[in-house]
Amino acid sequence: MLGKTAGGLFWMFRYLERAENTARLVEAGFRIALTRSKSAEKEWQSIIRTAGASVAFDATHDSYTGANVIDFLLRDKNNPSSVLSVIEAARNNAKLVRTALTRETWEATNECWMTLSKLLSKRVTEQELPEVLTTIRQQSALVRGATHGTMMRNDIFNFIRLGTFLERADSTARILDVKYYVLLPSVSLVGSSLDNVQWETILRSVSAFRSYNWTHTGKMSPKTIADFLVLDKRMPRSLAFCCIQILDNLNYLREEYDSDLPSFELGDKLNQSVNNRDIDSIFDEGLHEFLRRFLNNSNALSVQIQKDYRFTE
Amino acid sequence: MFFDEMFGHTKDTDAQAREPYADYANWFDSQDPARLKKKALECEGFFRRTGITFNVYGQEEADERLIPFDIVPRVIAAKEWNRLSRGIEQRVKAINAFLYDIYHRQEILRAGRIPHHLIAENDAFLPQMIGVTPPGGIYTHIVGTDLVRTDDDQFYVLEDNARTPSGVSYMLENRETMLQMFPEVFSKLQVRPVSDYPANLQRSLAECAPAATKNEPVVAVLTPGIHNSAYFEHSFLADQMGAELVEGHDLQVVDGRIAMRTTRGYTPIDVLYRRIDDDYLDPMNFRPDSLLGVPGIMDIYKAGGITIANAPGTGIADDKAIYSYMPDIVEFYTGEKAILENVPTWRCSEEDSLKYVLDNLADLVVKEVHGSGGYGMLVGPTASKKQISEFRAKLKAKPANYIAQPTLSLSTVPILTKKGLSPRHVDLRPYVLVSPKGVDIVPGGLTRVALKKGSLVVNSSQGGGTKDTWVLEE
Repeated sequence: MLGKTAGGLFWMFRYLERAENTARLVEAGFRIALTRSKSAEKEWQSIIRTAGASVAFDATHDSYTGANVIDFLLRDKNNPSSVLSVIEAARNNAKLVRTALTRETWEATNECWMTLSKLLSKRVTEQELPEVLTTIRQQSALVRGATHGTMMRNDIFNFIRLGTFLERADSTARILDVKYYVLLPSVSLVGSSLDNVQWETILRSVSAFRSYNWTHTGKMSPKTIADFLVLDKRMPRSLAFCCIQILDNLNYLREEYDSDLPSFELGDKLNQSVNNRDIDSIFDEGLHEFLRRFLNNSNALSVQIQKDYRFTE
Repeated sequence: MFFDEMFGHTKDTDAQAREPYADYANWFDSQDPARLKKKALECEGFFRRTGITFNVYGQEEADERLIPFDIVPRVIAAKEWNRLSRGIEQRVKAINAFLYDIYHRQEILRAGRIPHHLIAENDAFLPQMIGVTPPGGIYTHIVGTDLVRTDDDQFYVLEDNARTPSGVSYMLENRETMLQMFPEVFSKLQVRPVSDYPANLQRSLAECAPAATKNEPVVAVLTPGIHNSAYFEHSFLADQMGAELVEGHDLQVVDGRIAMRTTRGYTPIDVLYRRIDDDYLDPMNFRPDSLLGVPGIMDIYKAGGITIANAPGTGIADDKAIYSYMPDIVEFYTGEKAILENVPTWRCSEEDSLKYVLDNLADLVVKEVHGSGGYGMLVGPTASKKQISEFRAKLKAKPANYIAQPTLSLSTVPILTKKGLSPRHVDLRPYVLVSPKGVDIVPGGLTRVALKKGSLVVNSSQGGGTKDTWVLEE
């Protein structure tokens, strides 16, 4: 496979994952705004921070109103992480690697782009938002379904999975990091309504509100929430789950290529830094410090993969 | 009165269809017109979803257009096709012999059959290719011979696309679309398949592998990138052949070979099917500002390290000034009279011809010698007085830059309009593969159709569409 193709696949699926994550953030923010309108402005601000888009947002806006943030995150072409921007980037990468995709995967991606660029060609009203978010989720699900149902499980698939899980781990870690202070036992006033809002946002941002309630029978505490998002291997957006997937795929590549490359070692270390820990030791270290380190290491891994597999010259 | 390939010399679309169309016409008459119109719309959705589009230069990147597709096929009888394919094979062989000669001993110039200056002063002649013999002696691995028809058995070659003929992906997708939309017709008629083309292309290219090839020949397609107007076709062909689709920045010279950067390191390429022009191929040997090519590829090529398809310098064979000599070229190299006729052509470089052309501009088609895509050309009968006088000035200023041809009464094939069948002018581009083992012509090719009533311009950039082309089994 061409190095460029591996890179195209990796980025195509990072972008697709990012589109879903951004839509999920908007969904969480919107829900909070509807149900707890007092803290809405602050929530929207932290959602922009989570999306890593504060600088770009502040450059063109002066208030964190729902309408501004929603428009910025869904369809602003000046925001490289808006759903519209990343779907276009994903499709450009798909065009680049078309020979590595099945016809079904390509067509699902192309249709996703056609549908969403039409849907997001004008401002989305509050009334339309739920349906728009549903469509974004459905379109991403169609691409994922076509990918899983028709693609060979070879190195092509490994690069796809690496892109997906590095992006997802990155997103979960950033959601936690922006809100880490509400999870600190020292400042948390258990049961206060402010904390409940914050915790609900966190869980909703990773589509885990229901599954959390299910596994923890509705009892919320900072430690169990952090444990769920960092260490629960059953939870498909947790750092633990993502790290296992990343390491698995690096391992397949190692066997397939019959060579030990530095990225495998980095992946192994990243996995150990999560899966060999318990939540008490993470809180002892400091959740923020832990997350910063995780984000640095996953970024280093991403760079090393691009080098090892010659994505660029 | 134009010749209509479905109905002959009548304007009556209820008339008896010509013999090759008899079965199709029967089927067509039994169809509910509303259903056919609905099918035509479905085709468009199908093309969009698949991404069979072309980018328009100078437009927003997102502006990807479809080439309109018409659901009425163009049907060619086995007998008609046999004669055409014999003529095409003869012509393509002559072109290869001509290219070899022109870059070696130039016998045809010594024999005085072509004026010396036509080669020596021609931009399409590449001095870098003098004395170079491409692997297998093949210059034009892929040719698209444009044909037009004016009557029952009168065909002309309009031009020989000997550089990088495009459009074959539309031919293949048009057939796929028809098979999906109207499967029942194909069980009634025996239509020769075209779907072997990608496999034949792969085989034909592999047969031209250079001396340096070690194992199974590695074939790759070189594209300028995703913003190129024909990118869809490049990725489509690479995909169908199971070949890598590379860009210049994926390639570099490694140990005397051209190698592509893979996830496992650099792998040599044996045959490069390039879809970029000569000028951009090698910044060290041609345009120094080109970012699309591979620095040093010409040197590797000359040393037998890679096959470039088509060979650099083949443009001299489809130059419009050379075109007018094609009957002589065919005769010179094959010893036979050309089976396919040329369109009569006035070379404006010759004084008598120029005078005739200037006196008859309103009736002629004038073309730039190096032009393509239907640009830079005058269609006398439909041109305004202003356009004609502009062209008159251009002709006088640089006569050698132009040729002129009579306005041909191009044949028509009906398209499906809101009001039913209506005749439109067509041409035909069959695709020809050449290797040391032989010539392989795809049965049919791409039929381009001028969708505007009365228009003779079939180019997709100027309102042309396409049709599926059916060559019937014997």
